Amino acid sequence: MDLGPYLLLAILEGAVMASVLALTAVGLSLVFGVMRVVNIAHGEFFMLGAVLAWYVTQMVGGPPSLGFGVALVVAPLIVGAIAVAADMTVLKRLDYDPERTIVATIGLLYIIQQLTLMGYGPEARPVEPPFNTRLALPWFEVRDGALALYWPWGLSTTSYKLAVIGAGIAVLLGVWAMMARSQMGLVMRAVQADRDMALAFGIPVERVYAMVFGLGAALAALAAVLIVPISQAHYLMGADPLLLAFTVVIIGGLGSLPGTVVAAILIGLSDGIISVFFSPTLAKILATLLVALVLVFRPQGLFGVRSA
Amino acid sequence: MLELDRVSAGYGAAQVLRELSLSVSAGEILCLMGRNGAGKTTAMRAIMGLIPLMGGRVLLDGAEVSALAPHKVPRAGIGYVPQGRRLFAGLTVAQNLEIGMRTRSSPPEVLEEVLALFPRLRERYRQPAQTLSGGEQQMLATARALCLRPKALLLDEPTEGLQPSMVDALRQVTLQMRGRGVATILVEQRPDAALAIADRIAFIENGRGGEVVPVEMLRRDPSLLARYLGV
Repeated sequence: MDLGPYLLLAILEGAVMASVLALTAVGLSLVFGVMRVVNIAHGEFFMLGAVLAWYVTQMVGGPPSLGFGVALVVAPLIVGAIAVAADMTVLKRLDYDPERTIVATIGLLYIIQQLTLMGYGPEARPVEPPFNTRLALPWFEVRDGALALYWPWGLSTTSYKLAVIGAGIAVLLGVWAMMARSQMGLVMRAVQADRDMALAFGIPVERVYAMVFGLGAALAALAAVLIVPISQAHYLMGADPLLLAFTVVIIGGLGSLPGTVVAAILIGLSDGIISVFFSPTLAKILATLLVALVLVFRPQGLFGVRSA
Repeated sequence: MLELDRVSAGYGAAQVLRELSLSVSAGEILCLMGRNGAGKTTAMRAIMGLIPLMGGRVLLDGAEVSALAPHKVPRAGIGYVPQGRRLFAGLTVAQNLEIGMRTRSSPPEVLEEVLALFPRLRERYRQPAQTLSGGEQQMLATARALCLRPKALLLDEPTEGLQPSMVDALRQVTLQMRGRGVATILVEQRPDAALAIADRIAFIENGRGGEVVPVEMLRRDPSLLARYLGV
C-alpha cells in the first residue's frame, strides 16, 4: 500500500480515538471548570461504564444491538448516579476544597477499582458490537493523466468505528448546545464564573455541582460503552483514559471545552498516525512531550485564560 | 424591613462582626460607614448568607432569612451589588440580567423597567460583560440586582472608582428605588457621597455597631463625621 492509503487508515483510527477521548476529557474538563475539582477517579468512571456495558449486554441477551443499545443508556445513567452519590457523600463534606478533593478522588479511584475487581474479576471481557460490517475504502491514483479510484488491498474500516466517530461528534454537539443554549448551561456557566455570586442570585450551587459531577462521569461512561466493543472491559482499564484525558485537558486549557475538543482531535489523530507509521509508544512519548512544552510555554493551555 | 439582630460572623476562626445590630425600613437608605477592615463588607456577606453566622440573626419583614440556605436568601427578596461588581464573566449583558430575572421568576416587564433605568445596557445587550467599561459594569451589577424586584438592596461601594457622571446616574437610580419603597443598605467610604444620598448613617468599628445618626445632623455639623469615623 502507498503512503496515502496508509495515512487515511491512520487518520480513521485516530478519529475513533479522538472521538472517545474528547468525550472523556470533556467530562473531566467540565468538572474542573465548574467545580474546580481535579477528579482523579474519572478513569474509574470510564472503566465502570465499560464493565456495566458488559453486565447489561449479558443480562439483556438477544441480538447484540439490543443489549448494546440498552447499555448505551443504562451504563452512563448508573455511573452518573454513582458519581452524584460520591459528590453528595464525599466532595460536599469537604466543601469542594481543591486540595482535599484530589486526595478524596484518589480514594474513590481505589474503592471503585477494587470493588470492581471483587465483583467482576480480573478478566478482560469483550462486548459484541451492535453491527460491524467491514467497509472497503477507495483511494485514487493518477492514470493516463486523470484521477481514477481504486480499492487498495487492506484499506478498510468497520461500520461500527464510523458510528463511534459519528456518535462522539453528536454527543459533543449536544454538550455544546446544552452549555451554550440551555438554561442549565447558563446556570452552570454562572457557577463556573463566580460561585458566591451564583448563590447570591438564587442558584443552588451544591445541586449544580452534584449534577455536573454526575454529567462528567456519565460522559466518561458513555465513551467507554462506545469503545468497549473495540477494546475490552477490564478493571484496570481506567488508567490510560485518565492520563490521556489529563493530557488533553492540560493542552486544551483546564476548563475550556472548545480547547478540550481541539486537543482531543490533535492527540487522537497524532496518536493514530504515529502508531500506524512508527509505534504506539512513540505516540505516547510525543503526547507527553507536548504536555511538558505546553506547561512550560503556555501553562494556561492552548485555549485557557491565564489567571491574574 | 431588614434587621440585623446581634449578628456575629467571620471567616473560619477569625471573628469580624461582633453582635452587630442594625435596621433599615422600607423606603430608607442606611449608609454603613467605617474604616477599612471595620466589617462593612463582611456585614453584607453575612446578610446574604455567604458566610455562616456565629450568632444572632437576620430578619426580612420579620422572617428569619439567616435560617435559610444561602441560595434562598435572594429569593426572599434581597438584592446584592457586591464590591468590585463581580459580574458573571464570560456571560453577556443579557445573560447576566437573565440570571437576575430567574432568581425570583420576575415577569418580563421587570427587565424592561430595569433597561429603562440603564439605557446604556440596552445598547450593549449582546456584549460580553467583561468588555464593558467600569461604569457600565457597575450599571450591570446594579441592574442585575434590580431584576429581582428586591425588597431590600445591599450596595457595597457602588461608586468606587467611577467618573462623576456615572456616580450621579447610579445615585439617581438608588433614589428612585427609595421612592419605590426599597430598603437600602449602602456601604460608602466617601463622606460627601454618603451625606448626599443617605437618610441615616450607621458607624461600624471593629465589627461592632456604633452610633446611628440621621444625616441632617451630620449635614449641620460635619465635624461629627470626623469624630465618629475617628479621623
